[in-house]
Amino acid sequence: MDFFQLLVSGIANGCVYGLIALGFVMIYKATEAVNFAQGDFMMLGAFVMIGFGNSGYWGLPFGVAIVLTLVVMGALGYLIDRLLLRRVAGESQTAIIILTIALGFVMRFIAGIIWGHSPQSLENPLAGQELRLAGITLGMEDVAVILVTVALTVGLFFFFGRTKLGLAMQAASQNQLAAYYMGIPVKRVQGFIWALSGVVAGIAGILFATKGSVDPTTGLIGIKAFAAAVIGGFGSLPGALLGGLVIGIIEPFASRYMPAGYSQIAPYALLLIVLVFRPSGLFSQLRNKKV
Amino acid sequence: MSDALLKIQNVESYYGPIMAIRGVSLDVEQGQIVTVLGANGAGKTTLMKTISGVMDPEKGQITFDGVEIQGMEPHKVVAQGVVHIPEGREVFPLMSVNDNLSLGAYTRNDTANIEQDREMVFSYFPILKERRDQEAGYLSGGEQQMLAIGRGLMARPKIMLLDEPSLGLSPLLVQEIFEILRRLNAEQKVTMMLVEQNAAIALELAHVGYVMEVGRIVMHGSADELMQSEDIQNFYLGVQEEGVREERRWKRKKTWR
Repeated sequence: MDFFQLLVSGIANGCVYGLIALGFVMIYKATEAVNFAQGDFMMLGAFVMIGFGNSGYWGLPFGVAIVLTLVVMGALGYLIDRLLLRRVAGESQTAIIILTIALGFVMRFIAGIIWGHSPQSLENPLAGQELRLAGITLGMEDVAVILVTVALTVGLFFFFGRTKLGLAMQAASQNQLAAYYMGIPVKRVQGFIWALSGVVAGIAGILFATKGSVDPTTGLIGIKAFAAAVIGGFGSLPGALLGGLVIGIIEPFASRYMPAGYSQIAPYALLLIVLVFRPSGLFSQLRNKKV
Repeated sequence: MSDALLKIQNVESYYGPIMAIRGVSLDVEQGQIVTVLGANGAGKTTLMKTISGVMDPEKGQITFDGVEIQGMEPHKVVAQGVVHIPEGREVFPLMSVNDNLSLGAYTRNDTANIEQDREMVFSYFPILKERRDQEAGYLSGGEQQMLAIGRGLMARPKIMLLDEPSLGLSPLLVQEIFEILRRLNAEQKVTMMLVEQNAAIALELAHVGYVMEVGRIVMHGSADELMQSEDIQNFYLGVQEEGVREERRWKRKKTWR
């Protein structure tokens, strides 16, 4: 039953990658900018949660800490768009990319100054608990991560498909000019998307912190999540999640069944294979525009 | 003349350093269909974009229903009741026909009336009802144009700005769409401003016409007057007088030059 346990922990890791990838793709689709600070966003979310929830800091009740963390992360996402990104709108892609990379560095240092550079973990009610099912032992944290991700996916699906703001976000990402013509305040909608991706990064951070320890360089797993987004076909939300799952599942299996070191390479090897054989990603939504 | 629904006065717009509109004035009265004719690059689309707020004019005044709208944010212009149906359809390709229509009503909050208007749109364009759950990107060009018009109607506009609705469509489809536009004007009292290269069909539909060349209005009058005008016949409708030799055409000068 080794196999099954590897699979579950792989899926749980994959959920975190998938959620970060989701943030990449949401912002890319809506604003055509790639937010390379998305991984650091996640790291910051984890630390904010630790800051609110851990007994060494504010020690607030777990539920309250979660709500506050999501509020803070949403506000941060919105402010980054409002104060920084909107000023470089219309500049070259390079300028935007460099800005977001720099933003990542800033977040890493700020996190280091506030919470220190040594790894910390989140005190949570699930720590150390196990779920036994038909002879298989699963970490309660892994199960919770998977359940939360599923719930969030369903929630986002309904949000984008059914609500007016969700539809407007889709519209702004599919055809920005037409969105203007429909009377959609595109810039404000983009601000909301940044806020939403901040919230998603916050959730990813909380999930990550329940599974393991966090330090200011944790955000570098954003690179793996970026690979996940590309594998999924940068531009498709379900693709981003699935890409994250694929990478999450490959890692533990590569480290279990392949020589040492291969688990680090495996995700990028897969990325190369996908780019060679299906350059637009596994789940691309690209379609030629009719004239 | 001050009671015109849309009043444009001496508007100048630039693309960077290039002056695309050089002082245009025109009026659209309530209930009218006004067409602006002109060749490629005459500035027709720029004029539309300037009205809908996607571009800001450098000079001049645009008054709509008593409110000055020049330089306003596009979503605020839509809220005033001006809907721009852009050249090349610009539907939301990955969304269903139904969702596209819902987005047309983005500025409205009266849910019951929105559903009523959706049915109204379906009654004018039955094909959209059949395809309501399909992704808009899979519709044919004509169906996409119908969707673009239907989506515009969902805003319950006081005026529709139609940019080249005939673009890339078969003559038969163009006839069909213009017939629907005529009915919309007659039955729903939708005021329209129509930009076209297909002068014949545009003048047939419109009440009043303006002719634009290199950023200026060079001629205007009732659609009938324009249709009778020799210049329009020669340069926009392609009518050939009998016995006129081919070379004569390029020797002739337009009266406004």
